[in-house]
Amino acid sequence: MANLQTQLLELILLTATSLPSDVENALQDAAEREAGGSTAQNILNTIIRNVAIARKNATPICQDTGTPIFHVRYPRSYSTIELKNIIHSAVAEATQKHYLRPNAVDSLSGQNSGNNLGDKYFPEIHFEEHSGDDLRITLLLKGGGCENVGCQYALPDARLKAGRDLEGVRKAALDTVFQAQGRGCAPGFLGIAIGGDRATSFLASKEVFLEKMGEHHFDPAIAALETRITREANQLDIGPMGLGGQTTLLGTHITGLHRLPASYFVSVSYMCWAFRRRSLTLTYGKAFYD
Amino acid sequence: MTESPFSLTAPLTDEAILALHSGDNVLLNGVIVTARDRAHQWLHERFIRQTIVPTPEDQQVYNALKAYLQNGLIYHCGPLVEKSPDGSYHFIAAGPTTSTREEPYQAEIMQHFNLKGVIGKGGMGAQTLQACVQTPAAYFHAVGGTAALTARAVVEVLEVFKLEFGMPEAMWVVRVKDFPAVVTMDAHGQSLHEQVLKRSQNELERLIG
Repeated sequence: MANLQTQLLELILLTATSLPSDVENALQDAAEREAGGSTAQNILNTIIRNVAIARKNATPICQDTGTPIFHVRYPRSYSTIELKNIIHSAVAEATQKHYLRPNAVDSLSGQNSGNNLGDKYFPEIHFEEHSGDDLRITLLLKGGGCENVGCQYALPDARLKAGRDLEGVRKAALDTVFQAQGRGCAPGFLGIAIGGDRATSFLASKEVFLEKMGEHHFDPAIAALETRITREANQLDIGPMGLGGQTTLLGTHITGLHRLPASYFVSVSYMCWAFRRRSLTLTYGKAFYD
Repeated sequence: MTESPFSLTAPLTDEAILALHSGDNVLLNGVIVTARDRAHQWLHERFIRQTIVPTPEDQQVYNALKAYLQNGLIYHCGPLVEKSPDGSYHFIAAGPTTSTREEPYQAEIMQHFNLKGVIGKGGMGAQTLQACVQTPAAYFHAVGGTAALTARAVVEVLEVFKLEFGMPEAMWVVRVKDFPAVVTMDAHGQSLHEQVLKRSQNELERLIG
């Protein structure tokens, strides 16, 4: 397992410093679409240049290395206690090596723990046992700026005239994008969960960030709504960093959860353009990163 | 359209600020101070509203900061900083953080120190815009998340205050060279953020009725 700590350290470095290619391609395409010489295009080009420098120098893309969110799919033979301990050790070591900024602040005392370890939810780890032989660990680093602009709605919502249907979901999603303006570090990505209770709804809204850009929901009606929300958000002229332009969102993912008859939550999580998502897969003694 | 950016060096004069307009590209130089949530609250409570009596140590920090902040610039940033074995610091990642969280404090802090501007992301509200006109000062928008790029513009760390706030929240005094930013709120009362907000609100109303 000592080897696993080294592999996790590599995963953390890769996630913090190297944007996944699907996200980088989406930024490139957006830069080409914006008017030549516009503020929007200049900002996107600056972002793309920064991504290249971070990768070349192996330094963080963004100084806010965010909440480390681990999703672990493990075979039956593994112990989650051991896995958790190794993840904690790797996170502390990564912080010491300046791959991660010390980001865990005790809300009651105001003290920064200095090593990114905090209560039982920091770092955030989600375990799922599966019947296969491989161990797959996906890490998301989600910064505070975009986390602050996420919204949860309990439909119906009188202010938005949003009912308990997909039209209501559309209104809620566009409202979140409008409220966020540039503060979530646009262009962003929306993760939307419909249903659940308040906690599971937000949780599921972030799970969709594990999917690659351009993937869509299997239900054509939901897939069409994903596309429509992205298209309409881009008509708001909020643009990169909120300084105007055609690119406010790069994508939208929607998922549905069972709910109580009395509740209809729509949880909208916002991911900034620095969409840091990487995976480590261990299979037959070999490690793969993607 | 892109025009060649203005080069500005802190400390700044009122004339230099009044020459700037919302939309201008600038390259910032000279000495700036990082300050975010805890720093703003700390300054505000002890030296502006004076709801808390500063300790002698607080007073010393304030006096030292004042020398940098008069006619100077505050940068809303929580950097990732490395300490070398010889005790010196250098910035590894240093992009802007969201500025609106400082809206309750910024106008008074701006006027108290005669700041010539703040650097951040996301823009600020009506009170800060009014303070930009009165002081005069400007809001400089850096590109959020571009930490690797902006860290290269930080050429020297001169000193750090209140490191006990934690690395992101401490006040780092740094020298920058050709730090790229866009003026989005100017001393003439123009705010690009206000314009984008209004336009997007009209479009939102059209889309969701």
